[in-house]
Amino acid sequence: MGTKRKLVVIGNGMAGVRAVEEIVARGGREQFEFTIFGDEPYGNYNRILLSDVLNGSHQPDEIFLNPLAWYEEHGVRLHRGVRAEKIARASRQVFGRGGIVESYDVLVIATGSVPFIPPIDGIYLDDGAYKPGVFVFRTLDDCQAISEYAMNKRTGVVIGGGLLGLEAARGLQNFSLGVHVVQRADTVMNQQLDGPAGAILRKTLEQLGITVRVGADTKRVLGNERVTGLAFADGSELPCDLVVIAAGIKPNTELAVRAGLAVERGIVVDNQLRTDDPNVFAVGECVQHRGQVYGLVAPLWEQAKILADHLTAVNPKAAYHGSKIATKLKVMGVEVASMGVTEPTEEGDEVVQFTEPKKGTYKKLIIRNGRLIGGILLGDIAKAPYLTQAYERNTPVPEERLSLLFDIGAPSAKASVESMPLEMQVCNCNGVTKGAIVGCVKQGKRSPKGVMEATRAGMGCGACKQLVSEVVNWACGGETEADPAADYYVPGVPLSKPELVKAVRERGLRSVSAVFGALAGGEEDAGSKPGLASLLNSVWAGEYEDERDARFINDRVHANIQKDGTFSVIPQIPGGVTTPAELRRIADVAEKYRVPLVKLTGGQRIDLVGVPRESLPDVWRDLGMPSGYAYAKRYRTCKSCIGTEYCRFGLGDSMGLAKKVEARFQGLETPGKLKLATAGCPRNCSEAMVKDLGVVAVEGGRWEIYVGGAAGAHVRKGDLLCTVGSEEDVLRIAGRFFEYYRQNAKYLERTYAFVARVGIDKVRSVVVDDSERIASELDAAMERSVAAYRDPWQEADAPATPNQFRMTLPVVQ
Amino acid sequence: MKMEVTLGNVTSIPLGEGRVFELGARRLAVFRNREGRVFATQAECPHRGGPLADGLLGGRTLICPLHSLKFDLETGLSADGACSLRTYPARLSPTEQIVVELGE
Repeated sequence: MGTKRKLVVIGNGMAGVRAVEEIVARGGREQFEFTIFGDEPYGNYNRILLSDVLNGSHQPDEIFLNPLAWYEEHGVRLHRGVRAEKIARASRQVFGRGGIVESYDVLVIATGSVPFIPPIDGIYLDDGAYKPGVFVFRTLDDCQAISEYAMNKRTGVVIGGGLLGLEAARGLQNFSLGVHVVQRADTVMNQQLDGPAGAILRKTLEQLGITVRVGADTKRVLGNERVTGLAFADGSELPCDLVVIAAGIKPNTELAVRAGLAVERGIVVDNQLRTDDPNVFAVGECVQHRGQVYGLVAPLWEQAKILADHLTAVNPKAAYHGSKIATKLKVMGVEVASMGVTEPTEEGDEVVQFTEPKKGTYKKLIIRNGRLIGGILLGDIAKAPYLTQAYERNTPVPEERLSLLFDIGAPSAKASVESMPLEMQVCNCNGVTKGAIVGCVKQGKRSPKGVMEATRAGMGCGACKQLVSEVVNWACGGETEADPAADYYVPGVPLSKPELVKAVRERGLRSVSAVFGALAGGEEDAGSKPGLASLLNSVWAGEYEDERDARFINDRVHANIQKDGTFSVIPQIPGGVTTPAELRRIADVAEKYRVPLVKLTGGQRIDLVGVPRESLPDVWRDLGMPSGYAYAKRYRTCKSCIGTEYCRFGLGDSMGLAKKVEARFQGLETPGKLKLATAGCPRNCSEAMVKDLGVVAVEGGRWEIYVGGAAGAHVRKGDLLCTVGSEEDVLRIAGRFFEYYRQNAKYLERTYAFVARVGIDKVRSVVVDDSERIASELDAAMERSVAAYRDPWQEADAPATPNQFRMTLPVVQ
Repeated sequence: MKMEVTLGNVTSIPLGEGRVFELGARRLAVFRNREGRVFATQAECPHRGGPLADGLLGGRTLICPLHSLKFDLETGLSADGACSLRTYPARLSPTEQIVVELGE
């Protein structure tokens, strides 16, 4: 084996790392040792999603394309946070900040671009730093800095109304700021849109609360020590606290210039992405190829592939011929597709156009000699895949021009997927082509979900999910091949819930392993186990053969796992009513076991967070309270208000009822968790209308029962199921509703989804009016389950499995 | 260099579950599936350090308890191919002892 060549990459962004990935994918680890210099202290992240980080819809750690572990796994050395400061071409060395020197056989420059700072007075302080309140928008650190500064500020202005500027504005809206965009040109996104399209987009932006100023020539940033406003060429001023400069980008060529490489607007490269030094290559936004520089992600993917083909000699003839720029994006929720020119430029150019400003729809195509040379779609971009292809491949377009703008009758969505070339990129975040998706389908993944998991298509910003599904459907041969598992109760057993329950009953299958053995050919599916355990427990109640490995960890140790592997302990406190003695005991336990966090929960209980697994049995024993089940897909808790005991408005004893509810349904296994509340009057202090089941006392000794409410990730007001006259009736109807839900809901389907899906009328007719004559069956089944209740914390003294509460076992030689 | 270590009787791990064994600085997650096979991998999930031994096991698939990343215990690969686990050859001796090959 010969020694490996040293490949050094300057730039740890999307282009540089993608190039390494492409080289590795071609067996490049046999040929090269990889070293990357990265100015930023992070792994490679998806810069396109920075505005999502700024607006809070993504956490910073969710946009990483290559976390630090990736580098290690692929044998790539990363100098993170080390800026490359000099290239010595004669000795083939790169010098990094802090005295780091790397020799190379092959050097790839992927330094990307830097923000373009327009010549505006007052941007900098005397020492050359940005005036406090002035920011650029290029890196995670920029996001962080903007977020911190924006707190408690009133007005933020983005200079630049292009794509980047609008994205920044969208991000700023996350903070309670008035947001303005000032654009020098007469239209927003003037690179991609013409005047009318820009005007429509601008209107949409203003409806979203962003003030847009076009034709605004910013002259000065006001304020001595910090930003106080902007002054424009027409003499007007705009007071503000914060300015984000997003007026475009320019190739970052400084290092290449100093190394004496040929640089014009960007680093000049040939068709193999080679600079004028045969050992030095460049990719991405820093590059100029045939006079073009690119600021979008698609050309960079193409370049990385060509470079890899060439460097690994997989295809020494690979050549880059430039990219035709077609973009599809979502600006503040408005879908935009744009390609080629935005205006006709020659006599005889044909323009096909449709406008519906009220709906924010605009479509314009420019055709020359029967071929598409430019287009803008705004609002409705259904035709974008077809048009993009026609543009990129320069194919003749149909004589019926109307069919270019609209789907008329024919199944043309399908036709357009069909006519998409295989090399067309469907997922622009992860660079997945139609061909890759088709290949994945051929390898046996026949559902959109399966393909997305295997290729990562659709797993970035998610905008292409619909298209991915269409391509999968098409590749599956047109038969609607929805996820076959979609109808299954769990993916690992090919039966719907009613079929599964029937088979389980008929064959007497009382354990999860028995179900896999009898109904899934003996093939265990890890992800299906908790769902099956839940169902079997409901069906068999006390006769269920409990196999602990089928349970999620929380249900094995009766506590909720935390991010560090410790657990949270929440004892039962029925109705949220406790005593000084109980509180003292809880306090003693918290001190004795040095519980790091004691927290009041939303369910009127007390949470001891950070308990190691080994301490759980002792903690439970010392508490001497039953489990509150705050870790399981089961009945959780029933909040209550003061009710009649002390409250001057109370109409019903909500506290007493909550205790009875808890005593009856504690630990009840259900498809999703159940959170309840009782309220002593319609003032509803315990928020009973947004609970899986809520009970509200009304005048006349009656109780209203609401079901299907939620106030978590999903918010839904519960539907009134019925009004009953006694606490006994509340317990009976609640139990019957729970049993109906248990028998008919999908696994993990919360009541808010279940009630909405089935419909409250249907639920009421079965549960209250007994239209299907199953009420007594439902009641009997509930009775069996309630009778099978046993406090799981009793396992402190009678473990269910060996080493149930031990994670680390001793090595016994 | 092949180095084999005997960890203990397989019954110390409940059927279908996993537990951790510490060998010096090295922490291994060892799994015992319902078909009677044993697997050994690194103990922490490469994603966010989740305790893999607390995961759900089925056949040779393991699902991390924190964020549901799915791994093939034989190859160590995650289902989406984004990351992988270090795996160690593991077997049962005739006397039902768990034997793990550490290598290096």
